Amino acid sequence: MAKEIQPIIEKLVQSFPGQVEAGETAGQVMVAASALLPVMEKAKGELGFNMLADLTAVDYPENFEMVYHLMAIPDATMLKVKVKLDKGSPRVASLVGLWPAADVQERETYDLMGIFFEGHPNLKRILCPEDFQGHPLRKDYILKTRS
Amino acid sequence: MEKAMEREVFRADSPRTETITMNMGPQHPSTHGVYRAVLTMDGEEITHIENHVGYLHRGIEKLAETRTFTQFMPYTDRLDYLGAMLNNLGYAQTMEKLMGVEVPERAEYIRIIMAELQRIASHLIFVASYAIDLSSTTGWMYCMRDRERILDLFDMVCGSRLTTNYMRIGGVAEDVPPGFLPELQRLINDLPACFDEYDGLISGNEILQKRSIGVAPMSAETAIAYGVTGPNLRASGVAFDLRKAAPYGIYDRFDFEIPTCANGDTYDRYYIRILEMRQSVRILQQAVDSFPEGPVMAKVPKVIRPPKGDVYHQIEGTKGILGFYVVSDGTSKPYRLHIHSPSFVNLGVFPEIARGGNIQDAVATLASIDIVLGEVDR
Amino acid sequence: MENLFVNLEASLNRFLTATLPGSLPNLAMALASVVVILLFVLTNVVWLVYMERKVAAYMQDRLGPNRVGPRGLLQTVADVLKLLGKEDIVPVAADKWVFKIAAVTVLIPTIMLFAVIPFGNNLISIDLNIGVFYFVAISSTATISFLMAGWASNNKYSLLGGMRVVAQMIAYEIPLVFSLLGVVMLAGSLKMSDIVAAQKDVWFIVLQPVAFLIYFIAGTAELNRGPFDLPEAEQELIAGPFTEYSGFRYAMFFLAEYGNMVAISALAVTLFLGGPSGPWLPSWMWFVIKVYVMIFLFMWLKWTLPRIRLDHMMQFNWKFLLPLSLANILLTGIAIKLF
Repeated sequence: MAKEIQPIIEKLVQSFPGQVEAGETAGQVMVAASALLPVMEKAKGELGFNMLADLTAVDYPENFEMVYHLMAIPDATMLKVKVKLDKGSPRVASLVGLWPAADVQERETYDLMGIFFEGHPNLKRILCPEDFQGHPLRKDYILKTRS
Repeated sequence: MEKAMEREVFRADSPRTETITMNMGPQHPSTHGVYRAVLTMDGEEITHIENHVGYLHRGIEKLAETRTFTQFMPYTDRLDYLGAMLNNLGYAQTMEKLMGVEVPERAEYIRIIMAELQRIASHLIFVASYAIDLSSTTGWMYCMRDRERILDLFDMVCGSRLTTNYMRIGGVAEDVPPGFLPELQRLINDLPACFDEYDGLISGNEILQKRSIGVAPMSAETAIAYGVTGPNLRASGVAFDLRKAAPYGIYDRFDFEIPTCANGDTYDRYYIRILEMRQSVRILQQAVDSFPEGPVMAKVPKVIRPPKGDVYHQIEGTKGILGFYVVSDGTSKPYRLHIHSPSFVNLGVFPEIARGGNIQDAVATLASIDIVLGEVDR
Repeated sequence: MENLFVNLEASLNRFLTATLPGSLPNLAMALASVVVILLFVLTNVVWLVYMERKVAAYMQDRLGPNRVGPRGLLQTVADVLKLLGKEDIVPVAADKWVFKIAAVTVLIPTIMLFAVIPFGNNLISIDLNIGVFYFVAISSTATISFLMAGWASNNKYSLLGGMRVVAQMIAYEIPLVFSLLGVVMLAGSLKMSDIVAAQKDVWFIVLQPVAFLIYFIAGTAELNRGPFDLPEAEQELIAGPFTEYSGFRYAMFFLAEYGNMVAISALAVTLFLGGPSGPWLPSWMWFVIKVYVMIFLFMWLKWTLPRIRLDHMMQFNWKFLLPLSLANILLTGIAIKLF
């Protein structure tokens, strides 16, 4: 069964003062982009979130937001990590070094959302063709409507 | 690549050998769809693999933003088209979690029955395609024969065999028709004998065992690091199943085990599926025995406008953990909908574990990972 | 009935001698036997394709072809017509001459093999005194056509398939030949009619059961049939050396494949199953029955077992089959000396 998540979050907030704050809803933390790697390292190593369950991004009007879901195996505790990114040039540290699972998922996010992952060994488009223009999941990418 | 370079230096005085690059796919009999692997081979030995996906990319996540929450349900059928019921379930439960809807008892039971039937059907396809990728065509036909009965049951409840579109936010589309339960009971009675038959024809075959035992082993650490979930993770010895670890729906009411294997090789990844199907039959039997009466749909508004916020929900799909991340801005359409597909992540480990084998091993390994391209590309 | 074909041949011979001058009748007779063999192979292949699909279907709990003609009997005819009507595609990058020739040469050894097969009592085209040797020599030349096809297609799948054919056929030829030696030692002759005559009392499968097993396994490998169908391994190499072939050229390979199956079965019948002898029925009918029993065994094997892996296939040959066949020869020699 899943562990209590609130003490874990408090621990994280204490370890990284000013860079990590508890999110609006339960089970989530907001992390400053600069502190992502050390926070994730701590979450993986010390706090036992050994699997990167999901990685995605959302295009909000004022900024981009990276959403990481970490999961601890075997008790299935979930931690949601959010990182706000600059709207103009969204850049964030790559997690491939911590979880190889991030490789394909970061490529997908780069491809569809245009987030640039610093330190990714092979940041190429994965689902769209190599010569594709734009990033389709951004809100400014308008789908052609059927006439 | 480094390995190949070293060897060339080592063999400086012997005749020069060159590696060849071979495209496996996008049209190839054993890539299970439009997946392409670029193999770098030294003779028949694979030294490097590069994945190329996206040939079936339909942009379902973008499409979701232009459809209402209700309209999106049929799109989930087209993700893992061998596990449509489970995709329906995953999406429906995500939305219910976001809206705080209670699902009626009978609907929960129907969902469990459908989910487990779908799991068996999908695993049957796995066993079948694993057999045929090792050229045991008869094994393929046997599994298909039995899967047909499950599809007939789906046909009874929702009029369609693959793209079921059966579950709704707040319940299921319709109650099961009369005659469904007796038919299901007959299937439950027959299935264990079918599994025994596969054990004799496929699992017990010496050629198949020699070709798969010890091939492309994946350690538990590798599996977790690469985000591999589902049967592939359990084959590596990690007893992790969301149905037990974080029960969703009413899974906590059923008595079943999580089978694991020890070595994580191709054979274990195959055999774990047979073991899981046997457990699914157990769940089905319990669900049939305690099947309640009642409504199958909760009171849900016609136009669904969930509260502002985001939710991530994951269920144990057939290929691994299937997650839905939904962001709602209070309107009737999702602001963002992300699908975490197990096949996509599991495929990421293929180059890692198949390296060093020959092309025949690679085919067996790819089959054992069990990918569905509809889910990989979305 | 027994002498139906023998009489036919005799009357044809009389007719030709009466009408044609000089040595022409002999030439015409030789041509006639070629035509007869060709007809025999073709009709058998047409039937075998149908039979293979039916056998596979019944093993897999389904019906198989049942739409074209009564019980689907005309399915193969329809398939052949379809193949004939297809566009003849030669890849741009292919070595065109070799590519085209390979599809022709692959059938030649198959037809030639039947020259030494006794189809019934006194029904043999040429009863060579080195019959078995001839058979082995001709059958091994088929490898070249496969390699030609694989190389000329200029396709990596074809090339890998071609290489596999060479590795497999050359390797398995050795135990195949050694298994035949046991029979030859018992019969004391390489001549087919002598070998058949030597089995009048007891079939050699009783005296040489191990040799028969080796022959059967190595024969399956020589035919590139499952579980030894590595060269054309559909799941790995699409169709191996035939990947780039289409239409009638592809049909030629198909033809050769099934023709070889008949030939290998016919040799097994001749060497191990008493040739065309048997009670009540005419000898040629017995021959056909026995050949089809052998063919059914091949099909049974193919539709039951998965494909073996390349390295296992080689290990099995060199480390097990070859020593076993050598031991069999040794034991046969000792037994002959003793009894």
